[in-house]
Amino acid sequence: MSKVSRRKFVTAGLAATAGVSGLAVAANLAKRYGLVPPDSGGIYGPGETLTYAAQRLLARHSLAREFPRSMISEVPFANSIPPLNDAFKRLQARGFADWRLSIDGMVAQPASLSLADLKAFPVRSQITEVVCEEGWSYVAEWIGTPLVDALKACGILPNARYVVYASIDPDWWESIDMADAKHPQTLLAWAMNDGDLPVAFGGPLRLRVPRQLCYKSVKFVTRLMVTDSANGFVSAIDPKSPNFGYAWYAGI
Amino acid sequence: MAHVAPSLRNQGSPRHSRLVRVTHWITVISFIALLVTGVEILISHPRFYWGEVGNSRTPPLFKIPIPSSRATVPTDYRYVLPDQNGWSRYLHFEAAWALVLTGVFYLIAGLSTRHFRKDLFPSSKAMTWRAFRSVIAKHLRLAPPQNEAESRSYNVLQRVTYLLVIFFLFPLVIWTGLAMSPAFNAAMPWVVNSLGGRQSARTLHFFVSVSLVLFLLVHVAMVLLSGFASRMREMITGGPALPEERT
Repeated sequence: MSKVSRRKFVTAGLAATAGVSGLAVAANLAKRYGLVPPDSGGIYGPGETLTYAAQRLLARHSLAREFPRSMISEVPFANSIPPLNDAFKRLQARGFADWRLSIDGMVAQPASLSLADLKAFPVRSQITEVVCEEGWSYVAEWIGTPLVDALKACGILPNARYVVYASIDPDWWESIDMADAKHPQTLLAWAMNDGDLPVAFGGPLRLRVPRQLCYKSVKFVTRLMVTDSANGFVSAIDPKSPNFGYAWYAGI
Repeated sequence: MAHVAPSLRNQGSPRHSRLVRVTHWITVISFIALLVTGVEILISHPRFYWGEVGNSRTPPLFKIPIPSSRATVPTDYRYVLPDQNGWSRYLHFEAAWALVLTGVFYLIAGLSTRHFRKDLFPSSKAMTWRAFRSVIAKHLRLAPPQNEAESRSYNVLQRVTYLLVIFFLFPLVIWTGLAMSPAFNAAMPWVVNSLGGRQSARTLHFFVSVSLVLFLLVHVAMVLLSGFASRMREMITGGPALPEERT
């Protein structure tokens, strides 16, 4: 081995070592500051982690765009929903008077709230765009209770990291991190465009997450679970079907 | 070899610098991944709109006459294609990161090595209609390069095309893509508002992508016409082309 190639070899080795340890330090820092999404493994992990980390650093507190009343879509589009089950139909027959939202997991006092209980919280309304991953969109006014108010009423424990939210449809649930859960525009919406929230749009209760694509805005919400781990709650439109394995973070 | 311009490299030096060769192939891989997954995402809603909003209940600006992967989209076909959006979306954004990071590296390195000035910016002398006409005429006659200098440097048409792709089409495709991110738009609303709204951004993203595909087709056709083996060798190893193919 000549002198030059040995020097090159040593330099390359040092550079590689510095690179690898630099990456390890970055990974540790990212983990500590909550910049790693639950689906950070696998071949798509690096891209997802870059997107999530960049947006948590850049836009943790940014507000989704709100629109003037004149821009509310005259004919909003409701995507197809799964067939409504018997439990839903029984509640619907009684005008959703018995609809309950349970809040459990890492909270000081678990609760079960009726729609009337939710409406007793301060009301927030916002005119935001519903953005589907397929490409279409519409603008509507959403009226409801900020998720953060309902969670705070139960006392969020300090180690909480995610909120899992589930539909009355047993195969439909999603989760978000605390940055989005505590975001002022994340809404437990029970009304839309000055009327009750129609069933086609998720009535009587839908979680609206306007800074993410609308597959994160689960319809017919009945349960919130605060947790410190998203294991088993990563991706969710239909976790059994690989074709539907959408990204956990949908802020893109 | 009597009149070789002083800026030309020696004959023994690579036709393309290592910077150009490495970033070229990373861009190729990323672009193909973006193109395939982009088409997959597009077929879930092959309708385009102008303005902020648009959906199956609003009139489209235009439709692509293909079947859709969603039953809710009105098309002229009776069948629904399989939904591939899960992996397509993951790969689209990962490839976008690869492309953007490679592009940033290429810009910084290209500026510091004077690659843009040396190899791409045409001299003001060359920017004449006569020069363009002459290059286009040579292309139409499929005339080979007349001397060593001509074959080792880009002509004015190539230079202007590459500059448009690097400094106009790629920045525009990244901008219109970012304008479709709801979280990014929350942080920087002007990125989407300046384009006239979310659906306008999506439509522009489509047209810029089509322009990039047209560039790709012409680029590959020119490589095939001018000697596939030598052009590939120059872009992979940087090595000089075989002498017989030069003439």
